[in-house]
Amino acid sequence: MKKINTYTFYPLGDSAIVIQFPDQISEAIHQQLRAVTAYLDENSFEGFIEYTPAFTSVTIYYQPWIIRYEEIQGLLEEMMKELMEDSAPRTATLIEIPVVYGGDFGPDLEFVAAHNHLSVEKVIAIHTAAEYLVYMIGFAPGFPYLGGMNEKIAAPRKAQPRAKVAAGAVGIAGQQTGIYPIETPGGWQIIGQTPLSLFDLNRKEPALLKAGDRLKFVAISEKEFIQIRRNDGD
Amino acid sequence: MGIKVIKAGMLTTVQDLGRTGYRKDGLTVSGAMDEDALRLGNLLLGNAAGEAGLECTLTGPEILFESDALIAITGADLSAKIDGLPAELWRPLLLTKGSVLTFGQAIAGCRTYLSVQGGFDLSPVLGSLSTYLPAGFGGFEGRALKKGDRIAFKLEVPHLPVAMNWTLSKDLYTPTDKNIIRVMKGPEFELFGEKSLADLFISPFSISKAADRMGYRLEGPVLQLKTAKEMLSSAVTFGTVQVTSEGSPIVLMADHQTTGGYPRILQVLRTDLGKLAQLHSGAQIQFELLSLKQAQTLLIAREQEINQLKQSLTFKYISS
Repeated sequence: MKKINTYTFYPLGDSAIVIQFPDQISEAIHQQLRAVTAYLDENSFEGFIEYTPAFTSVTIYYQPWIIRYEEIQGLLEEMMKELMEDSAPRTATLIEIPVVYGGDFGPDLEFVAAHNHLSVEKVIAIHTAAEYLVYMIGFAPGFPYLGGMNEKIAAPRKAQPRAKVAAGAVGIAGQQTGIYPIETPGGWQIIGQTPLSLFDLNRKEPALLKAGDRLKFVAISEKEFIQIRRNDGD
Repeated sequence: MGIKVIKAGMLTTVQDLGRTGYRKDGLTVSGAMDEDALRLGNLLLGNAAGEAGLECTLTGPEILFESDALIAITGADLSAKIDGLPAELWRPLLLTKGSVLTFGQAIAGCRTYLSVQGGFDLSPVLGSLSTYLPAGFGGFEGRALKKGDRIAFKLEVPHLPVAMNWTLSKDLYTPTDKNIIRVMKGPEFELFGEKSLADLFISPFSISKAADRMGYRLEGPVLQLKTAKEMLSSAVTFGTVQVTSEGSPIVLMADHQTTGGYPRILQVLRTDLGKLAQLHSGAQIQFELLSLKQAQTLLIAREQEINQLKQSLTFKYISS
């Protein structure tokens, strides 16, 4: 894969620095971001607090009374040089997300089908065929921004957002598909629901998905949904 | 033994300095809106600066102390009274079992912090006692306090300072009624039109009714990009000023989302976040632009000041 070696640094206020890659969603840029975050996971430094990866940037939060902006930029420049030489590709975890499509679990499945002049079955087939890349987690705890949805099932947001969308709801908004981790108001077209918990405080790592993971949706029955929920609860 | 909530007040939550390490998972830091008020309150009691306290908003709660406690009230002046008599802010106060703490009219600011010596006996969630209301976890059962709630103290018997007749110097805390908010340029600052950028520092903005722990929507001149641009979501933080597609700015506060898709025009200085946290709907603010270097110099000076205070307060709690 082609190396992306153009990046810039800029401050996000007095306590964060951003490493910015070219402003477009691409797997090549995403791989560079992953190299940065993997490096930071293993090589912390004094004054480092945490980082947030996004589509084309990594933001690093730090304590300026321990390390000033110029110093941290210097450190990160060194890091980037090192990462440019190391070309080991990172392996991704493939995670299967079981989903009950349609009915009460996916009240907007028929709308998405009608909007695209497809049968409900075809929408499910297209949605489950693709492999999706988790570009970033944001918006809500554990919410994945996924890349890779087939344009044939794209659908506009609802004109009136729902006051309540269930945790685990799988939706489509424009060219994107996503999963609601917690119950929240929302305007996405809901096509199904997963019994998996995307954010669970009782797990060692509360977020099920991480930036860089790959996932596939798998259609299941209502019965299987209840079984998985029950097993998870144990 | 500890406290019992007689009246909840408008919004009373348990907050410490927040939850770090989970922004990559979409979970924000939360924590006290006015970090300095909470830190100073804790230091007054000989606590660690980041011990959790109660953040009381505008209409404070009514609290019964079911055992003796050494407490401090810091931040906004919400007319605190103990058993009906005015309570002093910014100093340790010894409350005996059966005392009742009440609040009244908001005189200055809108968020006050109640700290108790030793802290509250609650279990941290992901390393923090901060309440994160949007997801309903942390603090006390993941929610704002309600009538009848009881929270125990970690310390059974208060450990009194060598002397009680002292108060924190007024200079250590930013006045709650100053409306100049110092900012730095945000990452997308240069994408805004000349007129918008001029308006930003000439015209005052007022804090709208939509102002809570997640963010303050501001009212003022419409801010416009030179050319419309579709933004990819990227990181935001406490104090980031985003501009919506209608051109109105929103300052993100402690419970903000971790990422956002609006252009980030400004970033409020960390030293001024507490001041902003003390302003409520209807208040006018005026932005003042500083450089990154100035911002970091101010922040470092602030940390040094707090460290010095911590050193000197330690001596007040040395047992003879």
